[in-house]
Amino acid sequence: MLKLALLIIARDLRLSMRHGSATTMVMGFFVMVVIMFPFAIGPEQKILERISVGVIWVAALLSCLLSLDRMFQTDYEDGSLDQFILSPVPLELVVLAKCIAHWLTTSLPLIVITPILGIMMNLPEAAFLPLILTMLLGTPALSFIGGIGASVTVTLRRGGILLSLLILPLYIPVLIFGSLAVKAAIGGYPAMEHLMLLSGFSLFSAAIAPWAAAAAIRAGLE
Amino acid sequence: MHKFANPARFMRLSKIFLPWFMGLTILLFASGLYYAFFLAPEDYQMGNTYRIIYIHVPAAYMAQFGYGIIAVASAVGFIWKHPLADQAARATAPLGAGFTALALLTGSLWGKPMWGTYWIWDARLTSMLVLFFIYLGYMAVWQTIEDRVKAARIASIVALVGIINVVIIKFSVDWWNTLHQPATLMRLDGPTIGGDMLTALLLMIGAFNMFFITALIWRIQSLILRRRVRAIRMQLGGGQG
Repeated sequence: MLKLALLIIARDLRLSMRHGSATTMVMGFFVMVVIMFPFAIGPEQKILERISVGVIWVAALLSCLLSLDRMFQTDYEDGSLDQFILSPVPLELVVLAKCIAHWLTTSLPLIVITPILGIMMNLPEAAFLPLILTMLLGTPALSFIGGIGASVTVTLRRGGILLSLLILPLYIPVLIFGSLAVKAAIGGYPAMEHLMLLSGFSLFSAAIAPWAAAAAIRAGLE
Repeated sequence: MHKFANPARFMRLSKIFLPWFMGLTILLFASGLYYAFFLAPEDYQMGNTYRIIYIHVPAAYMAQFGYGIIAVASAVGFIWKHPLADQAARATAPLGAGFTALALLTGSLWGKPMWGTYWIWDARLTSMLVLFFIYLGYMAVWQTIEDRVKAARIASIVALVGIINVVIIKFSVDWWNTLHQPATLMRLDGPTIGGDMLTALLLMIGAFNMFFITALIWRIQSLILRRRVRAIRMQLGGGQG
């Protein structure tokens, strides 16, 4: 069973490697969104320092959202999704594997370039490690909850906007605990409880997403 | 359970009950508004402005009550494939969204004289706002998916994922910021307001509740009728209804 999940993850990673462009485009989008803020707000270092954590988090959220509709779309179009449903592999496991693959191909690259953006946004030095840590702990929730949204909208023609309307409100807890933890770390307060709530939310969404998303895919493809 | 799944039976029963519910709504509103505007005393701190709570608090309750109904109806519809439950969930959404909007509106009108601004990022206002967006998303699902059966299945999944998240979002927003005064009605040591104010508030909550139920039955009836019209049109071969 585990082997099958690993095979699906490996397949998705290979597909994304060969297409290549998708991951780089999401990274480009991420950088562009963050860069827009100094233009809009002004280049004062003090203000940038103050908003940097929030801006980076919001940009990560939006980039993640942008890549979600592809999660099941290509599989739906070329018929692989039907094969997944027919195959003896539980659909829940397929969904779990696809969410993990989505995290590996989307969120992980974003986290890798975050330090550079941090420098550009005048992120306080004490905040670099906490920010990376919270992103590592929090972004899985984005992929899992996003997986639910992607499965709900997979068969729809105008799914993209509906997807963002459905998913963005559910991302609020990640945003709250993610930025609270970093702020606590900057201010020298204990950040442990925020981190625990954040990882709890990630684990919880990992637990419910496969069931909900698999049910939605079955309902959609019936 | 399945006894009530039959839309025809629902139509028959609701026709008997609806006038009573309507009458009760009018009665409760009349007495509630009379209490709220004439009998309830002025607040010694907030003057007459506080009277907005007679609209605000019931609307806020109804906003949450509405989502509760959607969640229960969705669960029933999802598990037992109960067509009436699906219709009930669908019919509740615009009502709940309307009450959420009303609660937000009255909240910000109340905020202007009290806090000096129409909007602050207070925990309860914020979670109400998020609830409003969740309602919108849920309604958008119904609107986007053309196939009824499919729409019902998917909407119920969205609603059930939503209800879990509504709780988490509420908790996390409370964590994030809190400025709003603590609950006055639902407390372990009893309500902190008394006398005519409490009577007026309870009457208004009752009135809103009855109105909600009346409007809900009305909407379910019209959804069922609309489906019937479509079915008849299809039979006549008149194309899409």
